[in-house]
Amino acid sequence: MLTIKNLHAEVEGKKILKGINLEINKGEMHAIMGPNGSGKSSLASVLAGRDNYTVTEGEVWFNGKNLLDMAPEDRAREGVFLAFQYPVEIPGVSNLNFLKTALNEIRAYKGLPALEAREFLKLTKEKQQLVDFHSNLMNRSLNEGFSGGEKKRNEIFQLAMLDPQLAILDETDSGLDIDALRIVSSGVNKLRDAEKSFVVITHYQRLLEYIIPDFVHVLYNGRIIKTGTKELALELEERGYDWLKEELHLKESV
Amino acid sequence: MILPFYQALTEDVTALSPAMDSLHDIRRKALERFTATGLPTLKTEAWRYTNIQRYLKEFPYELLTTAAPVSPEVAESKAIPELDCYRIVLVNGHLQADQSVLPEGKGITVGAMSAHTAAPGFVTYFNEQHHLAGESMAQLNTALFADGLYIELAANTVLDKPIHIVHVYSCATHAIIQPRHLWVLNRSAAATIIESSVHPETAAVAFANSVLETVVMENAELWHYNVQQGEESFREVHTTAAQQHKDSRYHHFNFTLPNTPFTRNNLSVALNGSHTETNLNGLYIANNHQHVDNHTFMDHIMPDCNSNELYKGVLLDNANGVFTGKILVHQEAQKTNAFQQNNNLLLGSKADINSQPQLEIYADDVKCSHGFTAGQFSEESMFYLRSRGIGEDAAKALMVNAFSHDITDAVKEPALQHYLQEQIAEIMNN
Repeated sequence: MLTIKNLHAEVEGKKILKGINLEINKGEMHAIMGPNGSGKSSLASVLAGRDNYTVTEGEVWFNGKNLLDMAPEDRAREGVFLAFQYPVEIPGVSNLNFLKTALNEIRAYKGLPALEAREFLKLTKEKQQLVDFHSNLMNRSLNEGFSGGEKKRNEIFQLAMLDPQLAILDETDSGLDIDALRIVSSGVNKLRDAEKSFVVITHYQRLLEYIIPDFVHVLYNGRIIKTGTKELALELEERGYDWLKEELHLKESV
Repeated sequence: MILPFYQALTEDVTALSPAMDSLHDIRRKALERFTATGLPTLKTEAWRYTNIQRYLKEFPYELLTTAAPVSPEVAESKAIPELDCYRIVLVNGHLQADQSVLPEGKGITVGAMSAHTAAPGFVTYFNEQHHLAGESMAQLNTALFADGLYIELAANTVLDKPIHIVHVYSCATHAIIQPRHLWVLNRSAAATIIESSVHPETAAVAFANSVLETVVMENAELWHYNVQQGEESFREVHTTAAQQHKDSRYHHFNFTLPNTPFTRNNLSVALNGSHTETNLNGLYIANNHQHVDNHTFMDHIMPDCNSNELYKGVLLDNANGVFTGKILVHQEAQKTNAFQQNNNLLLGSKADINSQPQLEIYADDVKCSHGFTAGQFSEESMFYLRSRGIGEDAAKALMVNAFSHDITDAVKEPALQHYLQEQIAEIMNN
């Protein structure tokens, strides 16, 4: 579904990604971990098309299409979703109107007619229950005055509504208390299926107790330096990242 | 500077409207004032950013004082869907009884200015507002206007539904047209009045120089909306001089939307009584080479009054915006609360805004503030919307809607609010 080959990217002339290789197949759950500043969120931004990043080398293919050639909205319409680490507050744009516009733009791209008001409301209600999102937040301005947890839950709710093929969760767990973490994780787990893939970027192993990954990758200094299964996350939790860094330096000096 | 319509000044002004004989002295004085000061220039403090002479010289305008027959569809085109209202149609300031539904009943007087020069409200308040004296375009109107709409509500009269006035401007050749209106709400009266204007011809350009005086007496309340969404062949100087008395409320909304190339709004409110509330809301969305100048003046004469002014602008393409917010707090006007805010989105590569707050405060126990912003869309917000599949244009439309929502949200008539939101969305989608 997603193939990343030797991806290099920089921001304001500073090299951030230095040759990422990653293959994600249908239905897989990948976790990307790594110390601060390793390039985790940058990878998410590059995949979603944030324009202050410049890709200097490499390719990204999504279902056979060149993702890097597409505008951010087209990536979303093709089925890539980024749950933001810091969701943006937009006063004056109601959550409902925002979702309706997004959904209908995606449908129009696929040649589908706009949803009827009744169908839209039905879908909204269903997904709201699925991810436990309060209906009283629906008519409010997008994320305005939402608590940290409410914002993150709104990201998961949008994910449920827009139903992408690939969801990238950028530190969705940071800043959440344990109850909010449980709600967010259970929302994600309910959305898992054989067709949908996830990339979960996290700083903390804690999240992976609730969302069980198929693969864990360690990102360090702009590259994936180790790939393993969920046990790797546990090892990182116990031992930190230093042993991996040492391993890497040993390898590089050979 | 010689303009064709100046020639009319040499004619006997009384010939314009024989029905208004009683105004001869007022008109003569206005004419004297106008000829003494002449048209504003860029050196006139109140016109520093608007070269009106350039706009007046654009075409060989002649003064037009009569109405031409206009089909009802013209006014119909400005109807606000689902709005239950009394629609009143004026052509070049002249009331069209056959196209209008006038409110009737005890205490309600609505009719042509020319037919009401003896009405008590007219005798007391016509041309009485001193703010008009310093404005030469208003003097020109006083000297040469032909007709307009007179509204007077007696004490305790509350209109059951809004009045929607459609100003039709119709001319066969380029013309300057000068309607003049006076609305008086007596003690504890209440009304909602919405204004729209339309100029159906495209070949002949109409330049309106209209003046409206509104009087909101003790404990009365006026909701006043002006929707300027004119044609490319229309130009406008629109002067509104309001006065408020004790305990009264005046809510003014001004919407300037495309495509009229030149709009200048003079809005002044004189607070002649204490404990009043004034809300001045403005939204201007301008495209192409539109020039929109809002010139406002809050005159706090008496103590314990509140005024709140919020003007927001979206400037597209090469559009040019001007905002002036003068707040004058007299020495007697203690305990004044006067707030002013002007926020702008500059979206066109050559769009531009000149904004100047002018606060003159002579009382020491007051709360006054003003603020100005000009900016572009937040990139982070744009990216957020686009990352959800919303295309750039739709995202911009959503953001403009969001930017203007505190103005449109304050509109009290749901049908009008909906209408305006639709108009804004349509402008942004094109």
